[in-house]
Amino acid sequence: MDARKAVRANAPGLEDRARNIRRHALRMGEVQGQGYIAQALGIADVLAVAYFHALAYRPDDPAWEGRDRFLLSVGHYAIALYAALIEAGIVPEAELETYGTDDSRLPMSGMASYTPGMEISGGSLGIGLGIAVGMALGLKRKASDRFVYTLMSDGELDEGPVWEAAMSAGHHRLDNLICIVDVNRMQADGPSTGVLNFEPLPDKWQAFGWFAQRVDGNDIAALVAAFDAARNHAEPKPRVILCDTRMAKGVPFLETREKSHFLRVEPHEWALAIAALDEGRTA
Amino acid sequence: MSRARRAPWRGVPQQAADPGRPRLTTSAMIASIAGPDQRTRPAPFGHALVELARTRPEVLGLTADLAKYTDLHVFAQAHPDRFYQMGMAEQLLMLAAAGLAHEGFVPFVTTYAAFASRRTFDFVSQGIAEEGLPVKICCALPGLTTGYGPSHQATEDLAIFRGMPDLVIVDPCDALDIEQAVPAIAAHDGPVYMRLLRGQVPLVLDEYDYRFELGRAKLLRDGAEVLIISAGFMTMRALEAAKRLEADRVSAAVLHCPTIKPLDEATILREAGRSGRLVVVAENHSVIGGLGEAVAGTLLRAGVVPPRFRQVALPNAFLDAGALPTLHDRYGISADAMVRSIRGWL
Repeated sequence: MDARKAVRANAPGLEDRARNIRRHALRMGEVQGQGYIAQALGIADVLAVAYFHALAYRPDDPAWEGRDRFLLSVGHYAIALYAALIEAGIVPEAELETYGTDDSRLPMSGMASYTPGMEISGGSLGIGLGIAVGMALGLKRKASDRFVYTLMSDGELDEGPVWEAAMSAGHHRLDNLICIVDVNRMQADGPSTGVLNFEPLPDKWQAFGWFAQRVDGNDIAALVAAFDAARNHAEPKPRVILCDTRMAKGVPFLETREKSHFLRVEPHEWALAIAALDEGRTA
Repeated sequence: MSRARRAPWRGVPQQAADPGRPRLTTSAMIASIAGPDQRTRPAPFGHALVELARTRPEVLGLTADLAKYTDLHVFAQAHPDRFYQMGMAEQLLMLAAAGLAHEGFVPFVTTYAAFASRRTFDFVSQGIAEEGLPVKICCALPGLTTGYGPSHQATEDLAIFRGMPDLVIVDPCDALDIEQAVPAIAAHDGPVYMRLLRGQVPLVLDEYDYRFELGRAKLLRDGAEVLIISAGFMTMRALEAAKRLEADRVSAAVLHCPTIKPLDEATILREAGRSGRLVVVAENHSVIGGLGEAVAGTLLRAGVVPPRFRQVALPNAFLDAGALPTLHDRYGISADAMVRSIRGWL
């Protein structure tokens, strides 16, 4: 059965899904004592909408031909995608205890050869969108009506091949390709505006032949509308959803901490963070 | 302080050139390596791919604005619905091929060897090879097969690609080798890099009891004093050199080794282990990191040490522009130069 329909019938709400994804990510962060937790917390709402509103998949058959493809170009967001895969029932929850440890199926950077539900090995930043172009061409050859989604970070926009792929997707009118960009404005060396300015983003994508939307990436209702619009848009164009997100969203004391690419969390703070997450639920 | 180039320039001003020596002209981008009276076949890669595609519907063709210059246009004309023009974007070319392979297709992608090796290495490594995807990267202008200079002369493509895990590497000799290699590399369930000869491609190996087999080196002729281990069109040169040496009563064997990786170590060890022969490895590639060093490592690891080991290969340098016959002679990979070298080593 189509997981999407099953979810709709008796499901927790998308806010609950997003909170669960954040909780899984925080537990993995605690195991490793570190991780790209600020990014995971920031992108959790996008992943909740993707996996519990938009995507078709079968949890017990990650290679099901009829699935929508979801590519993680930004490999170090693996902690976030593992959390979503756990919430979706593709990876067992107990396995999060192994995150980033020897011989785990959940390594620090996402790779297709390790993890069920991981479509590609991202990590060498900027490669996901080009692979997505090939997959979208391939699905059209097979007369499939499935979508290819690819999640990339705003920092990946610095990479040249992203724009080769963007131009190609426009040229080939890939209306089955949906690119999601996490615009959190923070890169390894600091704020994106100082590293390499990528604005104005919607104008750039539109100029490359894309249907572009820019939304608050932590507003679930806005995300649902954007995913629906991306899937249902009539023009034969690829689609991009530019998601402005807040790093560490959902854990107030981390949200206000000085932002960095690799957020520092003290050992005792993981439990506090999960508690803060749950407080947010009752507040 | 500016580092702008100043004299001496690499070229020679007309007034300074030797008036007694004719200057050959650089031909089109891809000069044929066929000699004037040599038998050839046109576009063997393109025709072999068309033939393969008849029975393999999953075979596709992709290029980065170089269909005509890699003989892929033959495939594009025969199967227009299975041909993708990806634009002059080699990084995307490799990634899109990876995506198509993820969806069950077998993409043959073409560009020039210099661009595939130097420009797209990471995309082949992480997009294709790490995933074990069956993408077949077939590249024209390997080694020194153009007179356009270092931008297009892929003198180190084998050195670059040999370091990539799980990538099979093939350097065919002639039209027959290419025709037989195409279905063989398609049958291999993994990534392949193959060097191409395009246009009017020499036909040589039909005179020998030979068939291309992926991963196998084949002894084309035997000889008591010299063993030439060669790949690519240097096997053609080695066969020519062996004939000329025979006229001087020097007996040379030629072991054709078109699969550079994985190397047919058993055959190489068996042949090199026969006592007393001068071992010469001949390749259209830099002396660094190609077949020569691969063979040398194989021999040393096995404790097989021939009395003399030499390489016929391109120097570790950015090579000159000019006409191919001039350059092949200058850098020692013409048949004439090879015969001279081997005589000197005996």
